[in-house]
Amino acid sequence: MGTDTKKKYVNLDLKSLGMIVALVVIFAIFYVLTGGSNATPTNINNLIMQNGYIIILATGMLLCVLTGYIDLGVGSVVALGAACAAKLVVEQNVPVALAWLVAIGIGLAVGIFSGFFIAYLDIPPFVVTLATMLMGRGLTYTLLKSLTVGPLPQNYAFIGTGFLPTIKVDFAGGTLDLVCVAVAVVVTIGIVLSELKTIKTNNKYGFANIVPWQMAVKDVVILLIVWFFFIKLGQYNGIPIQLIVLGVVVAVYHFITSKTVAGRQIYAMGGNAKAARLSGINTKHVFFWVYVNMGVLAALAGIVLSARQGGANPKMGDGIEMDAIASCYIGGAAASGGVGTVIGAVVGALVMGVLNNGMSMCGMSTDLQKVVKGAVLLGAVVLDVTTKKKKN
Amino acid sequence: MSEVILEMKHITKAFSGVKALDDVNLQVKKGEIHALCGENGAGKSTLMNVLSGVYPYGSYEGDIIYKGETCKFHKIKDSENKGIVIIHQELALSPYLSIAENVFMGNERVSMKGVIDWTKTRGEAKEALAHVGLENENLNAPVNTLGVGKQQLIEIAKAMAKNVDLLILDEPTAALNDEESAQLLEIMLELKRKGVTCIIISHKLNEISYVADAITIIRDGKTIETLKKGVDEWTEDRIIKGMVGREMNNRYPVRENCPIGDVVLEVKNWNAYHPEIAEMQILKNINIKVRAGEVVGLAGLMGAGRTEFAMSLFGHSYGQKISGEVYMHGKQVSTKTVKDAINNKIAYTSEDRKTYGLVLINDIKTNMTMAALRNYYSNGVVVDERKENLEAEEYKKKINVKATSIHQTVGALSGGNQQKVVLAKWMMTQPDVLILDEPTRGIDVGAKYEIYCAINDMARAGKAVIVISSEMQEIIGTCDRAYIINEGRIAGELSHEELSQESIMKCIMDSNAKGEE
Repeated sequence: MGTDTKKKYVNLDLKSLGMIVALVVIFAIFYVLTGGSNATPTNINNLIMQNGYIIILATGMLLCVLTGYIDLGVGSVVALGAACAAKLVVEQNVPVALAWLVAIGIGLAVGIFSGFFIAYLDIPPFVVTLATMLMGRGLTYTLLKSLTVGPLPQNYAFIGTGFLPTIKVDFAGGTLDLVCVAVAVVVTIGIVLSELKTIKTNNKYGFANIVPWQMAVKDVVILLIVWFFFIKLGQYNGIPIQLIVLGVVVAVYHFITSKTVAGRQIYAMGGNAKAARLSGINTKHVFFWVYVNMGVLAALAGIVLSARQGGANPKMGDGIEMDAIASCYIGGAAASGGVGTVIGAVVGALVMGVLNNGMSMCGMSTDLQKVVKGAVLLGAVVLDVTTKKKKN
Repeated sequence: MSEVILEMKHITKAFSGVKALDDVNLQVKKGEIHALCGENGAGKSTLMNVLSGVYPYGSYEGDIIYKGETCKFHKIKDSENKGIVIIHQELALSPYLSIAENVFMGNERVSMKGVIDWTKTRGEAKEALAHVGLENENLNAPVNTLGVGKQQLIEIAKAMAKNVDLLILDEPTAALNDEESAQLLEIMLELKRKGVTCIIISHKLNEISYVADAITIIRDGKTIETLKKGVDEWTEDRIIKGMVGREMNNRYPVRENCPIGDVVLEVKNWNAYHPEIAEMQILKNINIKVRAGEVVGLAGLMGAGRTEFAMSLFGHSYGQKISGEVYMHGKQVSTKTVKDAINNKIAYTSEDRKTYGLVLINDIKTNMTMAALRNYYSNGVVVDERKENLEAEEYKKKINVKATSIHQTVGALSGGNQQKVVLAKWMMTQPDVLILDEPTRGIDVGAKYEIYCAINDMARAGKAVIVISSEMQEIIGTCDRAYIINEGRIAGELSHEELSQESIMKCIMDSNAKGEE
């Protein structure tokens, strides 16, 4: 402690990047196991299409995890929201936008319901959301009479399966979408600028910077991932609409958690609710809005999922609350609350997605896949906890 | 009395290259009470952890010679088997288990393998409790039904049940009131008569000078000196000199150029009831006034209602059925929520900084701006990180928080520095009234002095300051005026000239007498 104050540079905190490294490693392992077929443009596109709704859920779940608790009801809200929207569109010919609004409204209602019990009646979130999980699932079955509703019209499915317009050019024996390249360029400029800004602020306040070569390696790795990803998408069919939805959700919540007063209040409350309360933070309101928000995001995830599947069925989203919760923990969030980032949760969700996808391609049975996922979750948290202990 | 029971020779212990203990020597004679003194972070607890095997043999250099043999403890059980028992500051009791079960926790009385022998447990528990004068307690009562003082005694009984020869007490009276502390000290003397050797770590120098036979002073990981009762000079000032390495002629800095202005805060007819027991009135018709530039003390015994008053005033954070009027600068205001209180320029720092003051996993900056974030460090929605960093840095310098940067986690700071972060946090809300509840509890002499200086600075800046303290010396040393609270009432008001330990106690006694009539 205190020995490195004289040094001008500090080492890169590998822990915060650990999961990105793990993601790359897992991807590389499956690249070998599947003979490279997990890196085809089609599969990279599928990774986004298949995991979009999990990423949306993980983002909302992170806020719950930050408060120190979880929401078990999200899988049911996904199903209930999707069922309502699909039924309205298919059977009542309601305009798609209105049906989506109704679905979001249902998510909002469930969120208010759980938020009320949790925040104002002090009922443990585990109990309240276990109840919404059962109730939501039961309502979905009732609503759908245990049947599948579909197929959904094109303008509904668009959000789950559509693409942005493309400008294709010939590339490596196929085509490449220039829009993807443009997005990659924008992202690159963004990353470089933000790094430069960090260095500038560090210098200004006399904070230590990260050792230059380490920083360079980190940025090169991240940029390689970005370019790899967008080139693959470009070779397939361009930017999926789902990716835009995800991008907006992740950006908004990253901003909220890291830059706003509300975000700070969630972290403060998760770290020490009593101290937060005596600092003028209305912890009941924070609790309430976190769960309301989770309900809304779950409904959005339901819309995306039903759009991709082209319909709604009563079993959809069964058990995915666990995937969302696992994503947060794999991404470095603490079960006791107060620690975690949106980006971490997204990476966690991607780790789960790459695992699922790779194991399926290897022909592993879904039963064994669960075993592996469980082991990865446990391993990630054990690694997290033990490295923290070593530091002390 | 001259036989040496424990000798620790040339103990050196380093944590990742930083020496926490550097060639420390300690010699304890059989049957004596030996005190360890030093500022926070001096290495007292580390030394005791080396002795008890928390840091296993091999992780430190030097020798431990106990009862004539060199010891190599690998775990706590090893030292306990030799009769060395350490009682940590944080009590190691299980709140919902009974007294008897707690006495034998980890040391259960069993008949067959692993089956508890309840007769033996109860019988021997009574014996062990007799050593600390608790033999008449209900053995089956859960421990959390007892007060902290008695819980501390149960810890000692627990040690007695382990056939202790050398008892180590780490800050045993930190959470106790004067009466309970006195009782504990008497029990220590009683144990001494029974031949038990004690090592006590404490910041309360009056207690140490009363109870100890020898004092070893540690500063910055080194042994400075050992004072012996009856041989060396035996005063608190002498001990402090050893601890800080210089004479501390005045423990309380003088407040100069600090004119007292108009009344800032006035509370009228303040009443509050117990949060769970609705008919129990805790605060009875309290009236106080605090002026700009004035430091006003709230003195009284533990449980008199000082903290309850401050917390009920600050956002109704304690109690129910609260009534009364609050005036700021002569205008009536509401303090129904903490936010109201903050917006009306009232600040309150809790007596328990770890539970109510700080988010220990967050960094200094985040903790400092926690209460002022919306009003001063954001546009209402988005945080202004630039301003946040700049001012956190400024306050860190101003109030002398010792840390590598404002991005250091507060959980890693010493108690004194944590307290400074709490102070900065509330100064940042730009209050007119600061209520400081036990602002120097559990922190060392040097940090205390700095806190007192900060209090003076605040008063000089025209703030009204209320200091709540259990240490009468502190009230006398820092306050312009003090209210004495007893059993939820204002028992009296004393000016700076009238303030003395005797006058405060007299006030309390008179009020008790009146209450009995």
